[in-house]
Amino acid sequence: MTRRTMSTALVAFLLLSGLAARAHKPSDSYLSLASHGGHIDGTWDIALRDLDDAVGLDDDGDGTVTWGELRKHQVQIAAYALPRLRLSMGGSECASEQLGLQVDSHTDGAYAVLHFSMDCKREGEAIQMTYSLLFDIDPSHRGLVRLSGPHGVQTAVFSPAHATQELHLSSSSGIGQFATFLREGVFHIWTGFDHILFLLALLLPVVVRRKEGHWVPVDNWRVALREVLKVVTMFTLAHSLTLSLAALGIVQLPSRLVESAIALSVLLAALNNLWPFLHGKQWAFAFGFGLLHGFGFASVLTDMGLPAVGLARALFGFNVGVELGQLAIVAGFLALAYPVRRPWIYQRVVLGGGSVGIATLSSVWLIERAFDLRFLPI
Amino acid sequence: MLQAKNLLSALGALLFTATGVHAAPRTPADDREVLERLRSGPEDARVAKLRSLREQLAQKPDDLPTALEAARKAVDLARATSDPRWLGRAESALRPWWDAAQPPEQVLVLRATIRQSSHEFEPALVDLQRALQLAPNDAQAWLTDAAVLQVKGEFAKARKACAALWRLAPRPIAATCLAQVMSLSGELSKSRLLLQGIMAADGAADTGQEIWTRTALAEMAVRAGDGPGAESEYRAALRLDPDDPYLLGSYSDFLLDQGRAGEVVPLLQSRGRADGLLLRLALAEKATGASNTSVHVQALTDRFAASHLRGDVVHRREESRFALQLRGDSKDALRLARENFEVQREPADLRVYLEAAVAAHDRDAAKPALAFLEVTKMQDATLARLKAQLEMAR
Repeated sequence: MTRRTMSTALVAFLLLSGLAARAHKPSDSYLSLASHGGHIDGTWDIALRDLDDAVGLDDDGDGTVTWGELRKHQVQIAAYALPRLRLSMGGSECASEQLGLQVDSHTDGAYAVLHFSMDCKREGEAIQMTYSLLFDIDPSHRGLVRLSGPHGVQTAVFSPAHATQELHLSSSSGIGQFATFLREGVFHIWTGFDHILFLLALLLPVVVRRKEGHWVPVDNWRVALREVLKVVTMFTLAHSLTLSLAALGIVQLPSRLVESAIALSVLLAALNNLWPFLHGKQWAFAFGFGLLHGFGFASVLTDMGLPAVGLARALFGFNVGVELGQLAIVAGFLALAYPVRRPWIYQRVVLGGGSVGIATLSSVWLIERAFDLRFLPI
Repeated sequence: MLQAKNLLSALGALLFTATGVHAAPRTPADDREVLERLRSGPEDARVAKLRSLREQLAQKPDDLPTALEAARKAVDLARATSDPRWLGRAESALRPWWDAAQPPEQVLVLRATIRQSSHEFEPALVDLQRALQLAPNDAQAWLTDAAVLQVKGEFAKARKACAALWRLAPRPIAATCLAQVMSLSGELSKSRLLLQGIMAADGAADTGQEIWTRTALAEMAVRAGDGPGAESEYRAALRLDPDDPYLLGSYSDFLLDQGRAGEVVPLLQSRGRADGLLLRLALAEKATGASNTSVHVQALTDRFAASHLRGDVVHRREESRFALQLRGDSKDALRLARENFEVQREPADLRVYLEAAVAAHDRDAAKPALAFLEVTKMQDATLARLKAQLEMAR
């Protein structure tokens, strides 16, 4: 065993640390395609470090790539890259033509931006794509492709093992993913006790109304329904908005603050049934605190791990799921509460007792969440 | 609802922008504008050597000795620069044998090395088993095998692999291998003494080995709660190579734990290109209240997003730490730490797991980690403190 091979052995050993071995992002290219009938517009972002290795950019050998050096290699870059992307539509191969070269910055350095167009002669429902850029010199390279067509956006990741893929221009794909997130949305509202209790606390009084300091049953179901619709719509609008903003990372709030505020919202909604202070403005209350509940929903989505592919679809699916789950709860509540709204037992036991119960539970949550303690199993 | 969908599509497009998939291309006005620095300082001799080897391979791709030399050079560069592109170059040199039914023994060992760096531990172990059947005296295969098993927390098997090195490798190498495994499985103080003794008696086999051994000794000292001992080993290792990415990360963690974040900032200031080091830089900046913390936090957010886009999951340990300490999201941190624990079980992996469980007040979630500590008898001052915190919370 010579010294030289042993130091390679040491290298192998230390490579194990995730930090040491993969501290940079491996090589990726970002390819955006926009299809208009049989014509495709493309932009292709390829790392300068990769291009330097493939075609040689650093002419003066000073360890830097200047705009002048890059520009001089424009034809060479196109001649290297474009043949490594083969598209066909309706069985006919698309011909590519380079249009221009720019630069862009990504998280791991500067990229050449290659503008090109493709003429496919025929139109089709699907595009067959074979991607082989850099696979010969770096099999860990990935091509991240984003295809936009008349019906939406599709994304795909190309690797040596998946170098040929078929991308669909119709909107039928992704239903499975949509359904998964829809199911998760329903599931989450049904198991999210704080959200349900918030809604229930706001809905308990809709089948009765306040008259001279007392509760009296509403005269017909339309009145109840209108009130329900106002509250539910406002709650939905508000939490859909913040759910999207938070899940996309555009707005972020500390989860302790959000969870505490959600508990507070449940408490206030319950107290309002005992000592009314909202005076028919439940809808505004539902909107305001709905914004906070949206942040709560978002934490679930983040826990699930949002997909990179079809993110908007996933978010939409989750939102629809939450709405459907919520509608089922509301419908169930109305069906049970409306017929029994008359006897005093509704007002005393269900409305009064229910609100006291909800207020108590939410107070405990509030203390737990605000002071980071734990008393209850949920 | 349709409007909501449009809104979501618009927001989706925004996210692509944020992660750099669809940023804003521009046309520089000046030909002299520097777009990219390919290296700092003069070209590494290894890079030049690798280039000439690859030129030879372009002529004769199935020349095994040249391919092996190129692959080893590339792996060496990957280690030195922590840039995974070099691993891709190594793989490409081995392409003619990579998918063969019976790759040559040396190709199997290198393939295992490349695979484990993408956390494909099981295929790597299979490769090493096959290599060792072909060449039972291949020290490098045994050492890599020991390393993979150690990261997976399979200490009994790792110990056997290290034992095989006693008759195949210089003593300091076999001793470091064994002492590391022993120190993780209930014999911390004994293994430190053993390794210090052998280093004193034999001296170093080469610089690479000395850096490795000193880093190992420093980490053992940290686990034993011996700050001054760790400090002197870290400093000795840094004198040998002030740029070693793993060593810098390990030393920075030590400094952060010692409340010496102020020393981390200058140490890592120019090393932000490596994600793991940028994470520690941001943590140090947060601790010292530096003004550009948010810039680095945003950069890390973008980098994690970019690596998700390509489907990578090798960063979960770092991402969990990022989620907990810089985003304040203990739930997400716990999810990431649990997933990470299914793959790798070094002290640092257990640490992010327990820290996230403590922050999330979720002792039950930490049960697998606590059971692992119990079974392996892993000794570690920080882990012991976290374990006590979880017990108290019960």
